Amino acid sequence: MKKPHISDMLGFGFLRFSVGTVIVALIIILFDIISKGRGVICWKFLITMPKNGMTEGGILPAIIGTFLVTVITALLSIPLGMGCAIYLNEYARENMLNRLIRMSIRNLSGVPSIVYGLFGVILFVQVMNLGTCILSAGMTLGLMTLPWTITASEEALKNVPKSYREGALALGATKWQSIRTNVLPYAIPGMLTGTILGLSRAAGETAPILFTGAAFFIPFLPKSLFSQFMALPYHLYIMSTQHHAISKVRPIAYGTALVLIALVFAMNLGAVIARYRLRKIKME
Amino acid sequence: MGHSRFKEKMIHGLFFLNGLVAVIVLVGIFALLVTKSISAFREISLSQFLFSANWNPTATFVAPSYGIWSMIVSTFMVSLGALCIALPLGIGTAAYLSDVASARVREIVKPIVEILAGIPSVVIGFLGIVLVGPVIAKVFHTTNGLNALNGSILLAVMALPTIISLSEDALKSVPKSFEEASLALGATKWQTLVRVKIPAALSGIIAASMLGMGRAIGETMTVLMATGCALEMPKSFLDSVLTMTSTIAIELGEVPYNTTHYYALFAIGLVLFIITFVINMISDIILHRYEKVIK
Repeated sequence: MKKPHISDMLGFGFLRFSVGTVIVALIIILFDIISKGRGVICWKFLITMPKNGMTEGGILPAIIGTFLVTVITALLSIPLGMGCAIYLNEYARENMLNRLIRMSIRNLSGVPSIVYGLFGVILFVQVMNLGTCILSAGMTLGLMTLPWTITASEEALKNVPKSYREGALALGATKWQSIRTNVLPYAIPGMLTGTILGLSRAAGETAPILFTGAAFFIPFLPKSLFSQFMALPYHLYIMSTQHHAISKVRPIAYGTALVLIALVFAMNLGAVIARYRLRKIKME
Repeated sequence: MGHSRFKEKMIHGLFFLNGLVAVIVLVGIFALLVTKSISAFREISLSQFLFSANWNPTATFVAPSYGIWSMIVSTFMVSLGALCIALPLGIGTAAYLSDVASARVREIVKPIVEILAGIPSVVIGFLGIVLVGPVIAKVFHTTNGLNALNGSILLAVMALPTIISLSEDALKSVPKSFEEASLALGATKWQTLVRVKIPAALSGIIAASMLGMGRAIGETMTVLMATGCALEMPKSFLDSVLTMTSTIAIELGEVPYNTTHYYALFAIGLVLFIITFVINMISDIILHRYEKVIK
């Protein structure tokens, strides 16, 4: 038996230190937000309007706003993303165009979120003349999530065995019939779970909605998709940097942060559970 | 039969158009930024825009000036600082996961990394104000802890998940025979990791860190909230800094549409787009080469 080398001990010590730091970082983050946000959270906080210059009251309009925006994001991103994935995986051949599309997808996922915001201001707010509203913000986020939706959907399509397609084609089905009856039913659950992960990220984004529709404070709930809205992440930003009495509203900021991460984690967890159950159904 | 063939062709065509959507959006973003920037560069000289550190678009008694050099420097300073923290920790964690950890430990650490990746940037920024800031203020005796160092620490936390998971993939794809050969020649496990496995996985690790860098440069909310947003040439990591993303976030809401100032903000967006595009392309090329070499 060789004696352990001193550099080995130091080296692997450093690796342990790295993992430890990552774990401790997450524990600190969660502990701080949960311990300080917990006290604020009650039903009243979730279902009432902000009061007295947002120093009291709840965050209902921000919750509703984030919900509505995320719905718009999903409505834009899911069909477009799935369609693109179906083209790439089922129709496209390996050629220059295909490579160009893939390169674009990878680059889109690296475009800074604030640049999507700039794009949304011009395209939706000004050119399409929608103004700053839920629709503009939701579509901006929809474009931002597009690369994630495409990647997740393609992954799901790849998991459907080739023989499923061949079986349908051999029986005389057309390409689209084989996709519709023998591929999509098996791929859609996987597509959706992957998409939910992307949507959860969109729900927590702030930069793209800064100029496309999010508002500082609105004393009533949004009346239509063409109204401005309050959103959880933007509310947290306002409450921690822009409010006139920042230290006084700190508890509300903590409460908002807790609701926001709870929402994001719930969506993630939902996707994971859905994936698990789908897998089980398929096995049976 | 003819009818259904026509229908098939239509469907194929529709999916083809849909397939182009990513290209259209990417080209659309670029074209829009360029056209708006051209309007800006009618009034501002390009060299002054990039290399003058004097940004004062709302000057009333003198001519307004549009120089973003200090923002470019600030952006790279905060991002490189983040990389200096995140790289050793990220690669260390990846190496631990691929070389040391038992299956059970891996099952605990992996979800932790995923949860970390899921925390919204505005929450990280908030923690920079309430948690990291006060600690920095106490340790370095500054008035408030909102500075470049704070931004770097937060961006490091945000870059870690990307760096960890991609580096782990790279380390895992090193053929087992490399490791066995090295151990058989009498190298210790640590020597094998540092002198054989990491060099073999190096291009994957470099690509991972470049992606992390690209994310850090484009990140808005955390730096907006935690770096203090003071427009000046940073001298040290304890200075408050104003990055390119923060400037857009702060000023776009306040300027009237279609003014030179407004267009100048789009020009900053174009600079950001080009920087992140180039970084992504380089990491893409490195990864692509690397896949070929392994095969």
